[in-house]
Amino acid sequence: MSGIKPPLEELKRQEGLECLKDHFPFGIFPKGAIHEFMCSEPRDMAATGGFIAALIHSVFHSSGTIIWISAAKNIFPATLQLFNIEPSRIIFIHPSSSKESLWVIEEALKCNGLHAVIAEMNELSFVHSRRFQLAVESSNVTGFVMNMKTEKESTTACLSKWKIHSLPSETIGDMPGVGFPRWKVMLTKMRNGKTGQWEVEWRDGKMVHVQQENLDWLDETLHQQTG
Amino acid sequence: MQHRYVSIWFRYLKTDWYLRRHPDIKSQPFVMYLLQNGKMVITAVNALAEAQGIFAGTVLADARAIHPGLIAEVDQPEQFQKLLLKFGEWFIRYSPVVAIDAPDGIIIDTSGCTHLWGSEEKYLNDITLRVGGMGYTVQTAIASTIGTAWAACRYSKDKIIKDGEEFKSLSLLPASSLRINESTLESLHKLGLRYNKDFISMPVPALRRRFGNDFVIRLHQALGLEMEWIEPITIIPPLQERLHCLEPIVTRTGIEIALHKLLEIICDRLLKEQKGIRLVCLKIFRVDGITQSIEIGTHRPSNNKQHIYKLFEIKLQTIAPALGIELFVLEVLKVEDHQPEQEKIWMANAELRAAPLALLIDRITNKIGSDKIHRYLPDEHYWPERSIKEALSLTEQSTVSWPVYKPRPLRILIEPELISVTAPVPDYPPMFFRHNGRMHKIKKADGPERIEQEWWLQEGLHRDYYYVEDEEGCRYWLFRLGHYDPEKKVEWYLHGYCF
Repeated sequence: MSGIKPPLEELKRQEGLECLKDHFPFGIFPKGAIHEFMCSEPRDMAATGGFIAALIHSVFHSSGTIIWISAAKNIFPATLQLFNIEPSRIIFIHPSSSKESLWVIEEALKCNGLHAVIAEMNELSFVHSRRFQLAVESSNVTGFVMNMKTEKESTTACLSKWKIHSLPSETIGDMPGVGFPRWKVMLTKMRNGKTGQWEVEWRDGKMVHVQQENLDWLDETLHQQTG
Repeated sequence: MQHRYVSIWFRYLKTDWYLRRHPDIKSQPFVMYLLQNGKMVITAVNALAEAQGIFAGTVLADARAIHPGLIAEVDQPEQFQKLLLKFGEWFIRYSPVVAIDAPDGIIIDTSGCTHLWGSEEKYLNDITLRVGGMGYTVQTAIASTIGTAWAACRYSKDKIIKDGEEFKSLSLLPASSLRINESTLESLHKLGLRYNKDFISMPVPALRRRFGNDFVIRLHQALGLEMEWIEPITIIPPLQERLHCLEPIVTRTGIEIALHKLLEIICDRLLKEQKGIRLVCLKIFRVDGITQSIEIGTHRPSNNKQHIYKLFEIKLQTIAPALGIELFVLEVLKVEDHQPEQEKIWMANAELRAAPLALLIDRITNKIGSDKIHRYLPDEHYWPERSIKEALSLTEQSTVSWPVYKPRPLRILIEPELISVTAPVPDYPPMFFRHNGRMHKIKKADGPERIEQEWWLQEGLHRDYYYVEDEEGCRYWLFRLGHYDPEKKVEWYLHGYCF
């Protein structure tokens, strides 16, 4: 990564990521790279999917084609409209085995002209992550890999590593109902950038950093849960 | 050069066609009819019905009076045009120039062909035998003019009319053998001119004045005094290329070279015709007589050699050359119009119609199957399961826009799962719910959002959806089936996980 240059024209184009951008190299979410999302628990799947959709909206401005590779056929495309991503721009591919899945992901990542590839995998080994990273370096596709491995984490060649959990939402005062979706975002690796953790809300097409005071309370509860 | 024409008449074309498919009624009188002016008029009869005195043009009710057990079927005229065309194509084995003679005949220009069968008699016999073998009654005749062949085929016992004998043979036949229209025929009959011999020697001006020019032209065409043309059927040559190998091919490199060569010829041809391949099949013929084939399809018409080669490459390993391959055949099964597009240098704003994407989808389809690739469009339904429909092609766009939604789950359960709940107050979200043996305490909830059954599609209870959040912050989409009822146990379901 020596000699990396910031792509200037994009500086202004990534809206809605202001709260996270200090931790990205040059303050820009890196395109044309593989980002890994750890989903060790099935209940994090929806939150991670939502966060990725929010990222895609901020980085690509709801244009371009996206391929979503998933063995489970449980994604409801209409919901992505809530992230200003037109669902008909997404092509869903459901491979039946992990071998097929690897082949499809690699082919998709090699395809010029795609914007993003979202892949759900049961396990991501170092060799595969390296292959994916090499594939995107020439095609400039951005890959989001959800790694659903439940045991210990392994080293991968991905540019970044994230963990997303759902958090209880908050409403103003005593208002009834559910507030804006809120996530705990943990960035445990970012090449040329910094790690960090935030509590963010998806509000009006933007990621909004929630104030610090709640975070301490949250850390404690999470600590209790995960040990 | 002296021309010779064969006229072929399928005497019972329609009924023979039907009886071939229903052999059980072969030995019974059978007719086909069409509705004309509110009457069921017979349009075709078989030989047995004809023997009973039932002819085309009879009203079905009258025919049933003659023969009460008459079997009748509706006629489909367009279908028989196609059938005749197929026969025409089949007859190209007898001569390259074959024309359709509607409604139930075929004309073949056999000039210089009959000697290949030995003689004209053997030629006609061969036709009668082979077509007869298919179950069709056929009458044939050969003559030097189309008109005479036509007449002899239908009216004469003498089937081979030698050159120069047209006049002699035509004289013996009735006037209807001249292919003239009904009104002319009627006026001829009125004057007592029933046979050709009655008027064939009359002066031409007299005939023309009384019966019109068309009549004279028909007569002269039959006698060979005037030219007559036929419109031959043209067969589109199949998009097929063959490659014979001097030595049997056993290596993958050899197969690849053969495939490259074949693709180059086919793609160049398609490029000139501005067509693109949608479906193509490679057949290989092995020395030991075994044939193998691989088929590939594309999403967009393509005549790009490299792309089609790549699609084949995935499947090449399924070919087992064994002792060697002696013949490669590349056959294009489906083509579509393909306008060459100017390649864009900038690919950043890729659209769904972009070429690389279609190529990618082709590769994936050929590897894992098209049933695993989906793209969705909105559909105008409230019921969540029906609110999306699958797009048929990459470029298909919907006329309806995606609705702006109330909360919807990102991950939906294809079958909603039954959960047990504790709901304290009617028409309120539950306090707890248990799913997969795990208790979730609900902290916050939105709803209900009532989605009614679409009664024109399906009967049943409505659903009241709640968007709830448990103590851990996970958000769910639940619904209660039907109204709250203290008498009965109300069913609650989990339908999805919200982000």
